Amino acid sequence: MILLDRVTKTYNKNGQALERISLHVEPKEFVIIIGPSGAGKSTLLKLLTREEKPTSGKIIVGGIDYETLKDKEIPLLRRKIGVVFQDFKLLPNKTVFENVAFALEIVGMGNKEIENTVPRVLDIVGLKGKEKRMPKELSGGERQRVAIARAIVRQPRILIADEPTGNLDPKHAWDVIRVLEKINKFGTTVILTTHNQEIVNKLKRRVITMEAGSIVSDRAGAEYRG
Amino acid sequence: MNISRNTIVFKRIIKTGLLNFVRNAWLGIAAMAVMVITLTIILFSIIANATFANTVQQITDRIDVSVYLNDSVTVKQREDLINNLKSLENVEEVTFISKDQALVIYKQQNAGNADLLTAISQTDNPLPASLQIKPRDPNRIEEIRTFLERGDIKSLQSDETSYSGDRKQAIDKITSATSFFRRAGIAGIIVFAIISMLIIFNTIQMAIFNRRDELTIMRLLGASTNFIRGPFIVESIIYGLVSGVLSIVIIQALFSISARTFEASSLGILDINYSNTYFKDHYFTFVALQLGVGILIGAVSSLIATRRYLKFKTSK
Repeated sequence: MILLDRVTKTYNKNGQALERISLHVEPKEFVIIIGPSGAGKSTLLKLLTREEKPTSGKIIVGGIDYETLKDKEIPLLRRKIGVVFQDFKLLPNKTVFENVAFALEIVGMGNKEIENTVPRVLDIVGLKGKEKRMPKELSGGERQRVAIARAIVRQPRILIADEPTGNLDPKHAWDVIRVLEKINKFGTTVILTTHNQEIVNKLKRRVITMEAGSIVSDRAGAEYRG
Repeated sequence: MNISRNTIVFKRIIKTGLLNFVRNAWLGIAAMAVMVITLTIILFSIIANATFANTVQQITDRIDVSVYLNDSVTVKQREDLINNLKSLENVEEVTFISKDQALVIYKQQNAGNADLLTAISQTDNPLPASLQIKPRDPNRIEEIRTFLERGDIKSLQSDETSYSGDRKQAIDKITSATSFFRRAGIAGIIVFAIISMLIIFNTIQMAIFNRRDELTIMRLLGASTNFIRGPFIVESIIYGLVSGVLSIVIIQALFSISARTFEASSLGILDINYSNTYFKDHYFTFVALQLGVGILIGAVSSLIATRRYLKFKTSK
């Protein structure tokens, strides 16, 4: 599903963000990436969504080789990947409903279908009844869940979640993780970055540890090692 | 499937554009204000220019040369003179006015002056026969003058040749100034249009800059370029449409007010009635022009302004 082969990313002057990363993620896998800030987790995710281009190395996601990817095809690629951003990235002038619906409008889904689908997904993330709220009227946790609803509403084959529990209290954090597990059970590959030790330990999934732009360990069913 | 999907997307772009127009009304007002002023001034300049040109044309049309003939001039001499004049390059038309005709014209011109009419009817017709020469180019009247000053021609004339009386010098100045003013006017319109386009562009760019985050987010969610840009272009086109309509309304209001105020009076060199007629005759052209220019400016500036936020990273 995801293949990285000796991927290096160098930003101007600031040295290397990623150094010769090789990684293979199977379809339907649930992968947790941990590591201190600045270890390169976000850069790695940005490469997967083609927000950034690798300085060298090969990236293949869902059979698409990024090297031969044309600009025009980037939107199509992104529609196949659901992303939950650390800073939510909600559209400030749209309601909760419209934010989630937007992901479906992009792909040209009909209005009726959108009206059916969005409430179902908002129900899954526990935001029933808040459809007409604007993002600024929501708490951090609620915004996070709108972002998740938006990421999963298209039923993507890959879901990337960058610190989705970062701003949440434990109860809500677990709600979010449960949603991710559910999605994963339905067949979506999930890539999750987190700092939350408890979540890592309880999930017992594949854990990739990054440090200073490199992968230092990659173990199945691993526990958090500070 | 694909066609219906495109229709859905197209409808959505229009709908979102309209919605944004309503939601961002305040930001839009700045852009529209500049646009209205620009379009109004451009339209006003076009009409003023046409009116000015028309006035000059009218004045120059009236320029003619009158040659007064001695009573002793024979028909043969007269015909020769007419033919000679006609052979001159700059002569468009030569009209002969006989003594009797001159008297009729004189009487008409002085219809209100009973004393003068009685006086003139008691004498033998004192008015000379004349030739009225209409030049092709009023700026090159010298050629005709030289011909008329020739000794043998001069002897046929009873009075000094009249070059449209005292107006000649003024007319000379006007005609030479005309071409300069017209060129300056056109250049002015162009310069002004460019400056205001930059201002409008800047205003729209500011409006889009305020919403650059939205553009980036939409991009990250996989929205196509047209889907993101479309609503902005629709919104700017509405600005253009509204501004175009407003500018027409303003000009129309100006005319209806001025027509009432200056009715039947002439504002020196500018003939308001002509401007009004000119505006009415070209009404639909102007409406099309204003809307077209408005739409064009709106569409182009939003197209350019959104570009930078829609680019994909190309650096490695």
